[in-house]
Amino acid sequence: MANVAHEYTVVALVQDRPGVLNRVSSMFRRRGYNIVSLAVGHSEKVGLSRMTFVVDCDDATIDQVRKQLDKLIEVIEVTDMTELASVTRELALIKVASSPETRSEIIQLVDIFRANIVDVTADSVIIEVTGDENKVDSLLTLLEDFGIVEIMRTGRIAIPRGMATP
Amino acid sequence: MKLTGGQIVCESLLQEGVTDIFGLPGGAMLPLYGTLPQYPQINHILVRHEQGAAIAADGYARATGNVGVCWATSGPGATNLVTGLANAMMDSVPLVAITGQVGRPAIGKDAFQETDVTGVTLPVTKHNYLVMHASEISGAIKEAFYIARTGRPGPVLVDIPKDVFTEVAEFVYPDSVDLPGYRPAFEPDVKNIETAAEILNSAKRPVILAGHGVILSKASSELRELAEKAQIPVITTLLGISSFPESHILSMGMPGMHGVAWASYALHEADVILSLGARFDDRVTGDLRRFAPDSKKIHFDIDAAEIGKTVSTSVGVVGDLKLGVQKLIPMVNQGNHPEWIRRIEQLRDEHPSLQIRKTSKLLPQYILKKISEITESKAIIVTGVGQHQMWAAQHCAFEEPGTLITSGGLGTMGFEVPAAMGAKVARPDKVVWSIAGDGGFQMTLSELATIAENNIDVKFAILNNNFLGMVRQWQEFFYESEYTATHYTGNPDFVKLADAYGLVGIRVEDAADVEGAIRQAMNTPGAVIVDFMVEQEENVFPMIPAGESIYELMEEPSEIEEPV
Ligand SMILES: Cc1ncc(C[n+]2csc(CCOP(=O)(O)OP(=O)(O)O)c2C)c(N)n1
Repeated sequence: MANVAHEYTVVALVQDRPGVLNRVSSMFRRRGYNIVSLAVGHSEKVGLSRMTFVVDCDDATIDQVRKQLDKLIEVIEVTDMTELASVTRELALIKVASSPETRSEIIQLVDIFRANIVDVTADSVIIEVTGDENKVDSLLTLLEDFGIVEIMRTGRIAIPRGMATP
Repeated sequence: MKLTGGQIVCESLLQEGVTDIFGLPGGAMLPLYGTLPQYPQINHILVRHEQGAAIAADGYARATGNVGVCWATSGPGATNLVTGLANAMMDSVPLVAITGQVGRPAIGKDAFQETDVTGVTLPVTKHNYLVMHASEISGAIKEAFYIARTGRPGPVLVDIPKDVFTEVAEFVYPDSVDLPGYRPAFEPDVKNIETAAEILNSAKRPVILAGHGVILSKASSELRELAEKAQIPVITTLLGISSFPESHILSMGMPGMHGVAWASYALHEADVILSLGARFDDRVTGDLRRFAPDSKKIHFDIDAAEIGKTVSTSVGVVGDLKLGVQKLIPMVNQGNHPEWIRRIEQLRDEHPSLQIRKTSKLLPQYILKKISEITESKAIIVTGVGQHQMWAAQHCAFEEPGTLITSGGLGTMGFEVPAAMGAKVARPDKVVWSIAGDGGFQMTLSELATIAENNIDVKFAILNNNFLGMVRQWQEFFYESEYTATHYTGNPDFVKLADAYGLVGIRVEDAADVEGAIRQAMNTPGAVIVDFMVEQEENVFPMIPAGESIYELMEEPSEIEEPV
């Protein structure tokens, strides 16, 4: 078992019941697993949701994470996306300070990143960007000089490619 | 049929074959208690403390293999169950606990006796439910029993608001459960069993490590067949004790922190460890980095998450243990490990861990040996936690599966009184001895009233050292004999206490009176408390200090003893 820490992406299909998020997060907390991000939303099936976890740990631990998740009664299926061919995305909303002098520069950056400006006020803009974390991080770095006021990130979501949907 | 929520609870319990419930009422449970007289088939045993109810249900479950049932009212009643639930969770014991909750409109308002019981018990139950409609009670109870007894067993709690007990709904008991995320007790993968057989067949120094799983899956006869065919010595964990007859030539007893030396050494020297329903607990392995360094581990377990949790394994076989071992038996070679068996004999000779030294003092080890002899290993032995527990594991001989009932994973002091009560209610045909510490006994002795009231025939042996003995032992070894907060100087007179409850009490101060007292207790109808005033500073050996390797065990120092 390798002991190198790594970011793993795990997707769980869960029953949409009160308390299920509590059960899942309680399991992570009590066993000391480190969640980097967690995103939850409805799945294509009525009454079932998908959770995407990004977990920072080593090989042996991710094996335990998968098994301990699977042990929860309301968890139907657990998939480790790390090694699967998959599409991963994150959405971020970034509020940046702006002035008439800087606005066009910001717009240029936004265009290069194929991001959108979704709100403009006299002294700020809100940028919406989707992509993998690298893309979001790069944009954030470039925006720093303008003055980032607030960031809202959804955390990673992931879906496997092709028809072999787990 | 339209019934109230309370009636639906009782009807559902009847559907599950429940005959005995341990409980104590309160405001939120009044409507349920109100319906109870309509169900004379259900024997409700009124405890004195809800911890007693949960632990009695635990003892009941372990004595029969069936689901134990307890219930309690909202708030403090429910929180008093928590220790018992945590205990059952750690030891994989099937329990269903029902708790009353404040009425639906009051939930979340910090109402009188409101506690977030599903929240509190979430990490100490296998699953739990808050049932918000009477129409959902039967489904929740059906699922609760199913989840509790299948797969790796465990406790399930069902929390029901007071006004749901009075709500009327159509009663239908579902005949199946719909749990898409729960697929227990499946057939183990034959490929993995083949790999396991290959590893076993090339082993030179194999051992079997048998755990609670053998008892839970009723795989004792398969274990025996396997061990005999392949000639593999069987080491039993604390909870695995009684899964393999201790009179058997291949029986090696318990390893680990207070296990017998030869079992620990054999584990350490083994080249293959076949773990059957055991979980490589730290009390067994000692320092993990130095645990059985030259061995391949084969791990059979119903719980996939146990495989690779603490030790890395060569192969894991996930599934029902009985099925797995049945499939393994024809694949293993007729065994022959004469050198290994000789080595183990040598270890036994060189490290005679179970010798009781000759002395006129009243030794706890001697008492346990006598209880075991006089009951001919046929009694159910229930213990508390501490020195007396380890001595019972060492010096009582167990032959039948399920005859040792003890709190392993949680180490719950006070287990000895209610668990013995539950075991006797479950198995009135069995002699039940509770081996108690004077510390643990006082944690739950309130149940003596329950025992007296219901004529529950438990024989208590208090190994009374006036100490929290196990902690005192650690203080002696690791804290320069500084006996801080372990000396009990104000113990009650347990014989008078027995009398106060209308029970028979016997005091024993001399080794010469041990046998007589045990026989007297067994010949006296009803519960008896024998207060054995044992040697106060006796230590449990062998001992592996926490965090040490199991190869570095401390054995009993040889001392010159006065003749008897
Ligand atoms: C509920 C609980 N509290 C504290 C402990 C810690 N503990 C472990 S053994 C022990 C001493 C037990 O004393 P006693 O019941 O008299 O048994 P003895 O060791 O003397 O045989 C204590 C305090 C525990 N296991 N359980």
